[in-house]
Amino acid sequence: MSEPVTITETPIKLNYSYTPGTAAARFLTSIEQGRIVGERCPKCHKVYVPPRGACSMCGVATMEGVELDGKGTLTTYAVTQIPSPGLDAPYVSAWIKLDGADITSMFLVKEVEPADVRLGMRVEPVWIDKADFTKNLANIAYYRPTGEPDASYDDYKDYV
Amino acid sequence: MTRTYRKPVAIVSWASFETPEEPARNEVEMLLPIIEEAKQKIGIEQSDIGFTVSGSSDYLQGYPFAFVGALDAVGAWPPIMESHLEMDGAFALAEAVEVLQHEGIDTALVYAFARPSRGELDRILALQLDPYVVAPLWPDARSLAGLQAQAMRDSGRFGEVPDVPPSVVADGAVAVILATGDRARELTDRPAWIRGIDHRIETPALGTRDLTQSPSTRAAAEHIGAVGAGADVAFVHAPYPHQALVVREALQLNGTRVDAGTGPTMVGGLQRLVLAAQAIAGGEAKRAIAHATSGHCLQQNLVALLEGEAA
Repeated sequence: MSEPVTITETPIKLNYSYTPGTAAARFLTSIEQGRIVGERCPKCHKVYVPPRGACSMCGVATMEGVELDGKGTLTTYAVTQIPSPGLDAPYVSAWIKLDGADITSMFLVKEVEPADVRLGMRVEPVWIDKADFTKNLANIAYYRPTGEPDASYDDYKDYV
Repeated sequence: MTRTYRKPVAIVSWASFETPEEPARNEVEMLLPIIEEAKQKIGIEQSDIGFTVSGSSDYLQGYPFAFVGALDAVGAWPPIMESHLEMDGAFALAEAVEVLQHEGIDTALVYAFARPSRGELDRILALQLDPYVVAPLWPDARSLAGLQAQAMRDSGRFGEVPDVPPSVVADGAVAVILATGDRARELTDRPAWIRGIDHRIETPALGTRDLTQSPSTRAAAEHIGAVGAGADVAFVHAPYPHQALVVREALQLNGTRVDAGTGPTMVGGLQRLVLAAQAIAGGEAKRAIAHATSGHCLQQNLVALLEGEAA
C-alpha cells in the first residue's frame, strides 16, 4: 500500500508594486529629510503618525501636516528573549506615543537594560547617518531614554 | 414563486472613482471622496448608516486583512456593524439587502474597490481556484476564459464568438447607499427599487461544468422573476466579451436591450447595479436587470431586477 499523502506544499509567489498613498508618501518624503511630520484630522483634531490618509475614527481625509520633534513616552513594551535577524537577544520593542501625536508607534528601544525599561519612560529617536537617509522609517535606528523624569500616568493612560 | 420583501430596498445614492488621473492614491484615498459624495448627495452622515459592507480582494493588495484598512475611509467610531466579502461588490450589496430586512436598520453603505494595476492580475486570480490541484499550475485568468470561448465555438450555438482580449487591468471604486421603504422615499425622489436579487454558485471544478451555459445565472433570474419580466435593459457583467453571450442566453432576454461591460475586477458587478439604478432614476428605463459575476468562467452569478416607483 502506498504512503498516505499527509502534507502537500504549493508555494505561492506574487510580485507587487506598493503604492503607499498620498499621505504616507508625504510622510516618507519628510522622513527622508530627517523630519517626522504627522497629519491632523480636521474633525476630531487627532494627530496621526505615520498618517494613513484618513482619520480612522471620523472617516475624513487628513491633510494638515504637524511636525513633531520625535521625543515620546513609552506606553507599553515587550522583551524578546530569542534573537531575530539583525537583533541579538534580549531586545526591547515598545509602543511609543510621540509628543503631539494621538496614536502610538512601534520602535526598538536600546541603550538601556531591559530590566530598567518601564511605562512612562521618556525616549528620543536615534537616527542613522544622514548620508544614508532614504524614504523609509528605518532612518530611525531605535529609541533611547532621554533621562528626563518619567511622564505621569495620566499623560499616557489611554494608550496602555 | 418570487419573493416579496417584507421591507422593500432601493438604491438611493452612488458615486464612482477611477484612478488614472491620480495613480498615487491608495485604496483608502480612493474610497474617501466617493463615500463622502454618496452620503452628501442625499444629506446623510455615517451615523445614519445602519450597516456597512464591502467587496474586494486582499490578494490584489497583497496583504492579509487589507479590507480592514479600507474601513479608515468609513469612520468606524463609535463601532459600526460591518461585513466584507472577498468577491465583487455586487454580492456585498446582496448581503446588505438581507440585513436591511431586520428591524431597526433602514440604511446601508456598500462599497467595492480594487487596484489590480499594482499586481499580476492574471496570476492573482488563479488563487480563486482549487488550492491543491489546480492553483499550483497557475492557469491564468485569460487562458481559462479562452477555454470557455473555445467550448462556445465548438458548441456551434453562438455563431461568431469573439477572441479573448487581455484581462482588463483597471483600478476603481464604487460606493452605493441603500435604504428601505419610506426612508428611501425621504432620501430621494427617484429610488431604484430592488424587486428581487439572488445569487448562485457553481462548482469550482471547471472540468465538470458545461462552460457554454450559465445555470447559476438562469436559476437566480428565475428565482427573482426576472425571466419574462419585460425589462427595458439588462446590464450584463462580462469580464471577457464572449461571456456576455452566455449570460444573455441564460437570462432568456426577449426584446430587452443588453448593455454589457467589464469594469475593474471586484468592482465591475457593482457598477452594473449602479448603471441599472441610474437608468431607473434617469427615467430611461422603467425596469432594468443587473447581472454580476465573480470567479473564473462565470462561476458565481448574481441577478437583480430593479424598478422605478409605481406610477
